[in-house]
Amino acid sequence: MMEFQHSHASHCESGVMSSMLRHLGLPISEAMAFGLSSALSFAYLPIIKINGLPLVAYRMPPKFIIKGLQKPLGLKMRFETFRNPEAGEQRLDQLLDAGQLVGMQTSVFWLPYMPEDLRFHFNAHNVLAYGRDAASGDYKLSDPVVETTVTCAPADLRRARFAKGVLAPKGLLYYPEGKPSEPDWAKVLPKAIKKTTRILLDSPIPIIGVRGIRRLANAIQRLDAAGNPAAAKMFIGQVVRMQEEIGTGGGGFRFIYAAFLQEAAERLARPALNELSETLVDIGDEWREFALSTARMIRDREPLNPFKLADKLRAIADREQTFFRDLRRAA
Amino acid sequence: MLDSEVPQEGNSTLGGQRKAMYARGADGKLHIVQSAGWEVEEIVTRQAVEDLNRLAEDARQRVIAGQTSALEYHMHKARMDVPLLSQVTGLWQWRIRRHFRPDIFVGLSAGLLQRYGDAMGLSVEQLKKAE
Repeated sequence: MMEFQHSHASHCESGVMSSMLRHLGLPISEAMAFGLSSALSFAYLPIIKINGLPLVAYRMPPKFIIKGLQKPLGLKMRFETFRNPEAGEQRLDQLLDAGQLVGMQTSVFWLPYMPEDLRFHFNAHNVLAYGRDAASGDYKLSDPVVETTVTCAPADLRRARFAKGVLAPKGLLYYPEGKPSEPDWAKVLPKAIKKTTRILLDSPIPIIGVRGIRRLANAIQRLDAAGNPAAAKMFIGQVVRMQEEIGTGGGGFRFIYAAFLQEAAERLARPALNELSETLVDIGDEWREFALSTARMIRDREPLNPFKLADKLRAIADREQTFFRDLRRAA
Repeated sequence: MLDSEVPQEGNSTLGGQRKAMYARGADGKLHIVQSAGWEVEEIVTRQAVEDLNRLAEDARQRVIAGQTSALEYHMHKARMDVPLLSQVTGLWQWRIRRHFRPDIFVGLSAGLLQRYGDAMGLSVEQLKKAE
């Protein structure tokens, strides 16, 4: 049985990578894993539907963090997917027997330890396996968004790993080859920050970055509040779910990125980044205000008014645009 | 968000679990604070769950009235829709919709029923009844 220290994180992928790196002897916070891989984003994807509603994401696509940490940390990750569930299960056992800490992509719906109400068919949830209980055969898992370690029966884990649908995990396993090394912070941090500003400001596609926020504002404004209030409420509710409920650390990852900027300010001895971090906390608070108004409208505590929500989003978009321009200059 | 502003009002949809949030402490540093839940999250999660439950209950009523098969009820109960069930089972969507017809559903082969059961984590016996 390997020595493993679980820690509670707000987001699954950055939490998994932070735990894995600490296990390999490179203690890196969750916020640092998130920022160093330039995972912050915004995307409004009307083409990808979840239960008939468009996908709104506040971060880069799944696996972006795992892959993005390879270069700055000189780490090689190995990814394996399986066509056959038996083979996928055997390979997991083999790696665990060899004392390897293994990351896995799973579907939240089939994980029995998750709260019932949060078990939707979302296929890109990351967890770590660190062993198997000798008596019951249950897998010992470290799920970063849960406070303590958990166990999961083999049949449930198999379902979760081989769930189908959008972003099907195909039994994905990942683990490091070799050890990460302490990076040259003065080089990797400005590079990672600049990449984030590029993603948010310079996307060629109008649905990504700050332009994506405006695009979403327009879509909300077009909602038919008088004719079909139930559908309008489902649409705005979905946006808030993606922003708050699905492990973002609050404010659609804006707070976690602000924590990263503070760490970067310290490592680079650049107080300007601290000031920017404070601005980003304010922006995160505005996202939370947007969520609050939305929830109040859903529950009819204030009249349903898509125009008001759209204006709030446009105000946030303007602030983010200014913020990321300043951040670019500071980096 | 300050430490003191991290919502602790409880959120029944978290099932007693707490989640990690980032907030600013007295020293101005951001760090992780466990949150017992925010009412806003509870409202939007409930909204989604209630919508799925409504679909399942609506299907159950129609099963009783003989207008649809138990398959449609179980699909909604498993929080799936036709495109997802089609991807999981590998059956065409139109075929699944056809199986929503009670007269066709009773005649399904054991193999097909097993396929649906596996997709939704149900036994064939459970699948046949809308309860």
